Amino acid sequence: MSYVSDVTALASKDLKVELRARDTLPAMLLFVLSTLVVFRFALPSDTQDDAAYGLLWVAIVFAALLGLSRAWVPEQEHGVLDALVLAPCDRSAIWLGKTLATLLFLLAAQVVALPAFALFFAPLDATAIAGVLLADIGICVVGSLLAAMAAASRARELLLPLLVLPLSIPLVIGGVGAAVSADGERFLLFLALYDAVFAVLSWASFEYVVTE
Amino acid sequence: MGLAVLLALIVAPEDADQGISQRIFYIHVPIALTAYFCFGLGALKALLLLWRGDERYDLESYVAIHQGTIFGSLTLVTGALWAKASWGVWWTWDSNQLVLFLVLFLFYCAYFMLRFSLPEGARRARSSAVYALFGVVLIPVSFLAIRLAEDFIHPTVFTREGPQMSGSMFLTFVVSWSAVTLLAYVLYRVELTGKRIDRDLRELREVLS
Repeated sequence: MSYVSDVTALASKDLKVELRARDTLPAMLLFVLSTLVVFRFALPSDTQDDAAYGLLWVAIVFAALLGLSRAWVPEQEHGVLDALVLAPCDRSAIWLGKTLATLLFLLAAQVVALPAFALFFAPLDATAIAGVLLADIGICVVGSLLAAMAAASRARELLLPLLVLPLSIPLVIGGVGAAVSADGERFLLFLALYDAVFAVLSWASFEYVVTE
Repeated sequence: MGLAVLLALIVAPEDADQGISQRIFYIHVPIALTAYFCFGLGALKALLLLWRGDERYDLESYVAIHQGTIFGSLTLVTGALWAKASWGVWWTWDSNQLVLFLVLFLFYCAYFMLRFSLPEGARRARSSAVYALFGVVLIPVSFLAIRLAEDFIHPTVFTREGPQMSGSMFLTFVVSWSAVTLLAYVLYRVELTGKRIDRDLRELREVLS
């Protein structure tokens, strides 16, 4: 059970840092809300609901990117990552802890964003919300690994969206499909498949990305 | 290669409803298949790098992906030409294969960005390798996603019952495919040799200075 306690310790460390510094979450919240307002004016007034769902996904993906680009910054600034890699725990636990923490931030942002979307634009049904949840898992799973890669590079924040966006295209297809298609379950199944495949891949390969 | 061009232009019979434009099929499809093959090779070398830890595979994986990206861009270009000739538009979001190649093109461009912004060393090699592995998983996943999202309108030439082509068309296709694969292999060797010489020279210069 030490793996589980390692993961929870790492995730709760991130949550504590966030509670004290309040760097990421308010920024994500404000970003999602202002993006939705911008979209309201960017769309022609007679736009149908389906188009609005697409914009919700743009907002979600970019909010996630915002959270991910901050994910490894505390570790990088204070040299914590090297210490974590040296710590006597499985390295994939570092990845899992970071993924869980980022996922919690994203979910917290969406607790505000989804009702706001339903209020401003179009109603969301259970399938659409399930799609959002599954896609959140997918983007955090892939993103926390890629953010660790990007954090080691010269370009950092510039590089992360370039790395994550091509990989998030299937997620957006799945999420929009779950919201607008009559047969939403198929898209949910696809999203679950994506999450499973990339979770295994990221879990297995994280060690190679952080060790020297 | 010359034989392939000859066969594609003269010998193979014209398609009944697409006419002359159908001949680009003999270039477009082999290039696309070769691009997939290069991406697969790059991922295989990446896997070998992670597994065995031999530095040699880093350069091989990079060169294979570089070739794959070149052939992938060519696929986009020939695909756009074909789309213009047979559907009347340069680009259509209905063609799954083209959309998939666009996604892959973006993905592998990001691969180069990643590679060139990391400091050289074992960590760069491993990060690139991990990203290359993600790419080869992304291919079927995106394909599934794109197929879920849209109707399948590309003419399906290969079905479970074997290729739906006449004998001389199939022969032409096989010759073109082998020619393009051979071309890709030669380019791969040339670039690999060049990159190796480049690296050796740099090491030599460092030793001398």
